[in-house]
Amino acid sequence: MDAIHVEGLTKQFRPGWPGRPPATVLDRLSFSVQQGEIYGFLGPNGSGKTTTIKVLIGLIRATSGTVELLGKPAGDVPTRRRVGFLPEAPYFYDYLTAEEFLTFYGHLAGLERGVLGKRVLHLLDMVGLAEAGTRQLRKFSKGMLQRVGLAQALIHDPDLVILDEPMSGLDPIGRKQVRDLILGLRGQGKTVFFSTHIIPDVEMICDRVGVIVKGKLLATGRVDELVSHGHTQSVEIVCQGIAAEQVTAIRTMATRLVQQGSQTLIVLPKPDLLEGVLAEIRKHGGTLISVTPHKSSLEELFFKSPGQADHIRPIAGV
Amino acid sequence: MWPVIVIALNTFRENLRDKILYNLVFSSLLLIGASVLLADLTIMEHHKMIADMGLAAINLVGVIIAVFVGIGLVSKEIERRTIYTIMARPIKRTQFVLGKYLGLVMTLSVNMAVMVIVFFATLWLYRAPIHGALIQAVALIFVEVLVVTAIALFFSTFSTSTLSAIMTLGLFVVGHLTVDLKGIAESSRSEMVQAVVTTVYYVFPNLEILNVKGQAAMGVHVSYAYQAMAMSYGLLYAALLLAGACVIFQRRDF
Repeated sequence: MDAIHVEGLTKQFRPGWPGRPPATVLDRLSFSVQQGEIYGFLGPNGSGKTTTIKVLIGLIRATSGTVELLGKPAGDVPTRRRVGFLPEAPYFYDYLTAEEFLTFYGHLAGLERGVLGKRVLHLLDMVGLAEAGTRQLRKFSKGMLQRVGLAQALIHDPDLVILDEPMSGLDPIGRKQVRDLILGLRGQGKTVFFSTHIIPDVEMICDRVGVIVKGKLLATGRVDELVSHGHTQSVEIVCQGIAAEQVTAIRTMATRLVQQGSQTLIVLPKPDLLEGVLAEIRKHGGTLISVTPHKSSLEELFFKSPGQADHIRPIAGV
Repeated sequence: MWPVIVIALNTFRENLRDKILYNLVFSSLLLIGASVLLADLTIMEHHKMIADMGLAAINLVGVIIAVFVGIGLVSKEIERRTIYTIMARPIKRTQFVLGKYLGLVMTLSVNMAVMVIVFFATLWLYRAPIHGALIQAVALIFVEVLVVTAIALFFSTFSTSTLSAIMTLGLFVVGHLTVDLKGIAESSRSEMVQAVVTTVYYVFPNLEILNVKGQAAMGVHVSYAYQAMAMSYGLLYAALLLAGACVIFQRRDF
């Protein structure tokens, strides 16, 4: 059983005026998240990440398609005992202290008083807020709110954790803490689904990724699979002792030539040209310093519009 | 049931930590004080004057809290997006709506209890009689406040706070004029006017049924049958509004 299973998810919003067509925010999304993995949901602002998450949580209803969490339809109330959720830029009851806040959410999740007290202290310690437990949330910084929000998502020890932009607004230390926390959750066998528009976050910790742009899922699969799917792998060559600008063969093959002192950077559009350029360098008495194959990155996927991404093959088994 | 209590207690705590509520209690105390001052200025019937002003103050403050806190009960949660994390918990939307209502009712109960104690203390200090009619009036005021809270909550589930306030206050005013509407319907020769006004009479709440302040201040009781009928009417009306609020909230996207 998948932790999350989404099949043909479409969400349309009714138009503000009669006669206008409905706005399609999500267009036939299909993906699944396996249990125990970290799945990154990557896309630029306004691509439909938060809308997808809202459908998963049951805050909004899908126009069509199937959405299941832990084998049950999205919105199933008992299943929510096994799901933790942190919304984007969360706003909480700021009149509560951090301890009261976590206790409130623990009660809502059905935790008993005895268990809850220990759990609250443990989680405050885990997110680095042990000293701030009796402080009202209105006195918390943005980073502290994000961390206490993470604690509320985990208060009932859920099997599946859904986080909407969990690292937004955090400084580099905070981001690392959240990354470590997510990795720690995977270590405990939990499933983590998180959205972000920051590519390195995904590349660093995710087992698998889904890339969403303009409401369409461009690609989904393992990070290494996705980045190797691009056909245009460029190659960077650094050499010295040769004025590459003056070698016609190199000049015609390279897309970019940069001369810095005695060294030259040659960028080739495809690896097939490598042997020819290396031969030219040797022929003109140059010395090779380095050859770096440049793979297509998630960044390239990220910036593609749905129409441009036709060459990306869907990943089997997703 | 448990999530309803958890939501209610949290709403109650929010109300208690809200400084506006303390200000309202303070202003109610001022109003009761003013009633004593006015009673001193009258030559006759100063006991009636104290009772009249006291009951009016309890009613007014109760309705103000019900309207201005009630209209934000649900809409504020949606506007501030606190609803997201609540609805991600294993609770039903109906339980959330009922919990919010119950929380405000708890606040209103405490608030009204304090005001009634101050009111009775004032009567006692002025050696005015504390008779059963006053308790009847307070009980009916409480039911009226329950109805107004349900109206505010009903609008709060699908409208903004400002619009909810306007509509709730509008219904409150109309609710006190429905008896006149019946008179208009009876005296009108137009069948259409009769039909419209009669519909309004039966659809809109008749809050005047719950108003026995005038006679209570003079020490005149209403019959227990009347009181039971008026309270049942008010509670049924509030229950219908709550059911409507739950149905609307159930269908909402956030």
